[in-house]
Amino acid sequence: MDKMTNKDYQKFVEEKIPKPIYLKNAINAFLIGGLICTLGQVIRNILFSYNLDEKTVAIGTSIILIFLGSLLTGLGIYDKIGKHGGAGATVPITGFANSIVSPAMEFKREGFIFGVAARMFIIAGPVLVYGVGSSVIMGILYIILTKR
Amino acid sequence: MEYLKAFLVGGSICVIGQIILDRTKLTPAHILVGFLIIGVILGGIGWYEPLVKFGEAGATVPISGFGYTLSRGSIEGAKAKGIIGAFTGGLEAAAGGIAAAILFGYIMAVVSNPKTKD
Repeated sequence: MDKMTNKDYQKFVEEKIPKPIYLKNAINAFLIGGLICTLGQVIRNILFSYNLDEKTVAIGTSIILIFLGSLLTGLGIYDKIGKHGGAGATVPITGFANSIVSPAMEFKREGFIFGVAARMFIIAGPVLVYGVGSSVIMGILYIILTKR
Repeated sequence: MEYLKAFLVGGSICVIGQIILDRTKLTPAHILVGFLIIGVILGGIGWYEPLVKFGEAGATVPISGFGYTLSRGSIEGAKAKGIIGAFTGGLEAAAGGIAAAILFGYIMAVVSNPKTKD
């Protein structure tokens, strides 16, 4: 009987407390992430208007967004966006730029080699390791699976 | 219309990340790497392409789009130059973004200082 009430109470607490936060976080992530992607679409359309091909446009959009992400991180604005946006600020490519500038800035006093340059890759390093590694495997798998 | 599609697709991808962040003990770094690998795999098996066609920047701006670029480049390289192409293609396709991240990241980190948190 006691156990039941405990369980019920726990259920009650779990239901009451975290859900509104989850919902609010999800909505914020959706809005911020969606807005960053819409900004990407604006840049994409502007670049397309210069008669560039698809690949050049894609690369150009990434470069501009990475520039904006780095700049806003340097100015301290991206952290504020991240505070509200959560994954909405982390997942877009601007968040990748943020993950480079943020730790590099933080550890500048350790010097330009082991401080800035090394810390730049504290998150970007794993991203490149897994991204490049797995994409090479994809290419090799493609060769193996299509050569029969 | 394409702005709305980009907003919806991009927003949805970020919501998935937010739900994983809230429900598990994974950190944003895990999310970045995880979404990247998912992008590589979906790009490799050709499932990410339709999402890019539909959502455009909504699919290419999230980090999974970076993974898609890597694996598409690697597979295109493999088609053109065989095994060597599989090694060079991915980075070739993503080179612009990586070079920009390194250059801009370095410059911004050198010229600016962390803001005190309030």
